[in-house]
Amino acid sequence: MSTFRFPPSITSRPVYGTLAPRPGKAHLMIADAEGAEALLDLAAADPELFANAHVIFIPKGTGDRFTEPLKAANPSILHVGPSYAASVPRIRRVLSDAHMGLQVYLAGTEGLMGQAMNEATAAGIPHSAIQTEHRGSVARRMQCVHCKGITEDVMTDPFVCAHCGLTLFVRDHYSRRHAAFQGVCIDAEDPGNIPDPVELYS
Amino acid sequence: MTIQFNDETFRDDYTFHNSDWAIRRFPFPFHEDSYMYSVNMEQHRGGPAGSVYEKRFDVDEHYVSEMKDRAIVLAEDPLRCQSLPHMTLAGWDLLELIMVSKSEDYPDLFELHRDGNDWRWINRPLGIDDRFTFLDEATLPYGPMEYITRQTQGDFAVLDQRDENLWMDAGMVTTQADWSLDFDIGMNFFEWHAPVPLAHEMGIFKRALKFLLNVQQGNPARRLNWTMTVNPLLDTSPENYHKWGIQKTTLTPENIGSKQHLRVELQTFFRLPRSNALVFPIRCYMIALQDVVTVPKWGRRLHRVLRDVPVELATYKGFIGNRPLIVDYLSQFDDGLPTSDGIWPDLDTEPPLRKG
Repeated sequence: MSTFRFPPSITSRPVYGTLAPRPGKAHLMIADAEGAEALLDLAAADPELFANAHVIFIPKGTGDRFTEPLKAANPSILHVGPSYAASVPRIRRVLSDAHMGLQVYLAGTEGLMGQAMNEATAAGIPHSAIQTEHRGSVARRMQCVHCKGITEDVMTDPFVCAHCGLTLFVRDHYSRRHAAFQGVCIDAEDPGNIPDPVELYS
Repeated sequence: MTIQFNDETFRDDYTFHNSDWAIRRFPFPFHEDSYMYSVNMEQHRGGPAGSVYEKRFDVDEHYVSEMKDRAIVLAEDPLRCQSLPHMTLAGWDLLELIMVSKSEDYPDLFELHRDGNDWRWINRPLGIDDRFTFLDEATLPYGPMEYITRQTQGDFAVLDQRDENLWMDAGMVTTQADWSLDFDIGMNFFEWHAPVPLAHEMGIFKRALKFLLNVQQGNPARRLNWTMTVNPLLDTSPENYHKWGIQKTTLTPENIGSKQHLRVELQTFFRLPRSNALVFPIRCYMIALQDVVTVPKWGRRLHRVLRDVPVELATYKGFIGNRPLIVDYLSQFDDGLPTSDGIWPDLDTEPPLRKG
């Protein structure tokens, strides 16, 4: 099963729901990896929804596992992209055509949902028309508070910043604008004293 | 009085110091011998002559040097000053509020001449004499918020008000108690306070927000907050924590009186007229422990407060590791006598330290 129940946390940490079919003229669905399962559940709940659905899917290591099932759900458009970054121009283009009544569904990793949420809100889509559902990896997108570099798919605490090389601890403090959690130097007060990395939520 | 501005530093050789005048007027944050979070808001309508509460924007002996320190921080990291696109009008509101307040409250230091939208601003301590067109950004060297807050002590968070919440959508933040504007910009009141322990559960932020949403034009409010800082370092930013964090480990019983500082924020809240934004100046005052204890009441009280403050708070405020040293040092200045209510030094009525 690709669902994970996040323990209670601080108020800046996002919480995610369960995608539910909503009436709308058009539906934009963006998912990565196991996020496809949430879309397939949506299709099972309301097959009609997909007739007006544009699905953007990034398999991210899941290979072809979800491609055929997504095709079989018969979306109006299915785009399978190699990475989130590569899909951004497409997402922006699609959002630029959006009309009142568009429903947005985001599913998969926190990094994907956070970034796609920013694109949608920047395009003027109201929060009330955007749903999210976490599936799959609990990896985090982290901003290094020191050098400002983003490290994607962080699985351990602490971790090494991909940009400046400092070892950072993983905070639950989250910025929607950066679509990232905050990483802070772990050995500032005791240089070199770095605990062994522990897998997140292990 | 004419203020003698100190030539001092808040980094490297740390020549920062408080005169006797600055010590006596220090905003000591504890009104009783213990501390717990509270909303502790009051009207910001002046205060005792000479106190930091007297003027709308207090100017003190550290002004010129603090502005030099701010310029250094901004040159190293321009992200400390940011304003989301919809906040420019609030920036002009803030510029007007500060220029009007300072020119009225300190006419010997600041002058504002207005002829319609043609304004002339004279800042004598910083040697500035600029003419510009109000509401025309092209006539200033920086955006309006940055321009005026490069000339005003304290950090500034400019909060947009919508959806029954306050949103940190602009700010100038170079003297912060370890929080990042770049990370927090765009967050609402509950989100940017998310890392604070205990206070959410106590309902502090719900009540504070309710109060702040109702701050009216012409009726500013204020409160004090505090933390502890080793060395008089203004820029205790998370951005530079990997550089300054190590300084927290340099305390010894011999140097603690001069190195360990009580850091107090005078937070004020003003409604802005055109934008309906709320500006939240966070003015930082620092005092070395050895200067605190020259006021017998403060020495007694600070010892009791820091000794008894809950572990979560001491951890969040970043001095849990140094607490034993601090409490040990301060215990020399606590003879067990009762203390008078309120924050004022009460030098004439409180007894001197009884030597044990």
